[in-house]
Amino acid sequence: MANYSTNEFRPGLKVMLDGDPCSILENDLVKPGKGQAFNRVKLRNLKTARVVEKTFKSGESVEAADVMDADMQYLYNDGDFWCFMEPDTFEQHQATENAVGDALQWLSELDICVVTLYNGAPLSVTPPNHVELEIVETDPGLRGDTAQGGNKPAKLSTGAVVKVPLFLDEGEVVRVDTRTGEYQGRVSNK
Amino acid sequence: MTDWQPGISLDRLRQRSLVLAELRGFFQQRNLLEVDVPVLATTSVTDRNIESIATLPSGSGLSGSDITGYLQTSPEYFMKRLLAAGSGDIFCLGKAFRSGEAGVRHNPEFTLLEWYRCGWDEHQLMAELAELIETLLPTIAINKYSYAELFSKYFNIDPHQAELSSLQKLAVEAGSSAWSDDSRANCLDLLFSVVIEPQLSDGLVLVYDYPACQAALASCHSDAQGRRVSRRFEAFLNRVELANGYFELTDGHEQASRFAKDQQARKIAGKPLMEIDKNLLAALESGLPECSGVALGVDRLLMQIEGATCLDQVMPFSWDRC
Repeated sequence: MANYSTNEFRPGLKVMLDGDPCSILENDLVKPGKGQAFNRVKLRNLKTARVVEKTFKSGESVEAADVMDADMQYLYNDGDFWCFMEPDTFEQHQATENAVGDALQWLSELDICVVTLYNGAPLSVTPPNHVELEIVETDPGLRGDTAQGGNKPAKLSTGAVVKVPLFLDEGEVVRVDTRTGEYQGRVSNK
Repeated sequence: MTDWQPGISLDRLRQRSLVLAELRGFFQQRNLLEVDVPVLATTSVTDRNIESIATLPSGSGLSGSDITGYLQTSPEYFMKRLLAAGSGDIFCLGKAFRSGEAGVRHNPEFTLLEWYRCGWDEHQLMAELAELIETLLPTIAINKYSYAELFSKYFNIDPHQAELSSLQKLAVEAGSSAWSDDSRANCLDLLFSVVIEPQLSDGLVLVYDYPACQAALASCHSDAQGRRVSRRFEAFLNRVELANGYFELTDGHEQASRFAKDQQARKIAGKPLMEIDKNLLAALESGLPECSGVALGVDRLLMQIEGATCLDQVMPFSWDRC
């Protein structure tokens, strides 16, 4: 397995830390005027999603994590596993509920997601940044109220609950940013 | 499109000019002589943790084509030669260079203010440093602690007498497992930078009586508890390291032996060997007056005055734009 030196550290790099694969979020040089240089690093543990801070000696090496991101199409859920397919090779991967995590509430069949593989098995799933989903449950819309602020909760077809403007009704399709869970707009012609 | 523009705003560019003028005015009013010493020289520091930028001046007419020039990491050695020559109190406001240091609070080329006071001890110099900061930031809070006081407060440990193994254990907890067999000086640096520094109070914090293993060019003495400590101090402004000062070591033999130890440490670490500056040692031999000196990072000072979050916002062009 390859090693990375601290001077190769950059956000997004995947390394092994205490036996778990981690993704580097931030990397900051700390150098006392007369002293040893350090790299103060924030990492996300890809198994637990917990963020930890570690201080490495500059020049120190850490093991690279056998982690890769691949675009895959979500096919179906068979009750135990969520099945994803690599569009080029048609190879299928079974993701556990733990690996799918929060992505669950955004997933519609045939969506293209980023599946992170660790030692060849799905470790986590990142949904598309934007999804278009139908409102299946919300209070009746207030007609004409298109300019005023104010919003209400709406349940979407995948189970996610987002805040939408008051004028929207059940059956309408909305665009949502999955990173923030925020309503982006109504999708016309649907 | 190429981002040719400066990192500093035009308002801050004007503010920077005013601060540089105020710094000069402060020392001129106190009758310190401004000296503009070389930034390019044939030798540089042997510090184990400071890397000089080597350069071969081409077509410079230097005798011998294999002479390497180094951009100076501080004006200290030239200033000490001037002091030994009888210059009296001096200050230097100029550029210094350090290899491999770039980031939010580091730039390989930076502006350094360094001054020396003959016949003063480090506490008198710390008081003058505080006065200087107060002229620029009149309402600033000022606190002063010994290095041991801070370690006692945050780790309940005596940094001067604790076993190396206990320092290593604390360093592993604060950093990562790589610290389990590291040197005393490195463990203390880690604990100070990662745990203590971020918890220092707002304003100017002066820390004195550094460990003897981090004396650098400071003389050593016994503190009130009889522990051997170096007469080195550092200043932190809003938790950012700002200045480093010494009651200067005047003993040439002791200095030569420290340089030799530096060289040994560099060799073990696989770092480039740096020749010892014989001119500095000769100057110490001939007699450096008893004095204290301090170096202050002007760009970091501007960062704090301006409330900026990185050096790029207070320098015309930081390294990324050069």
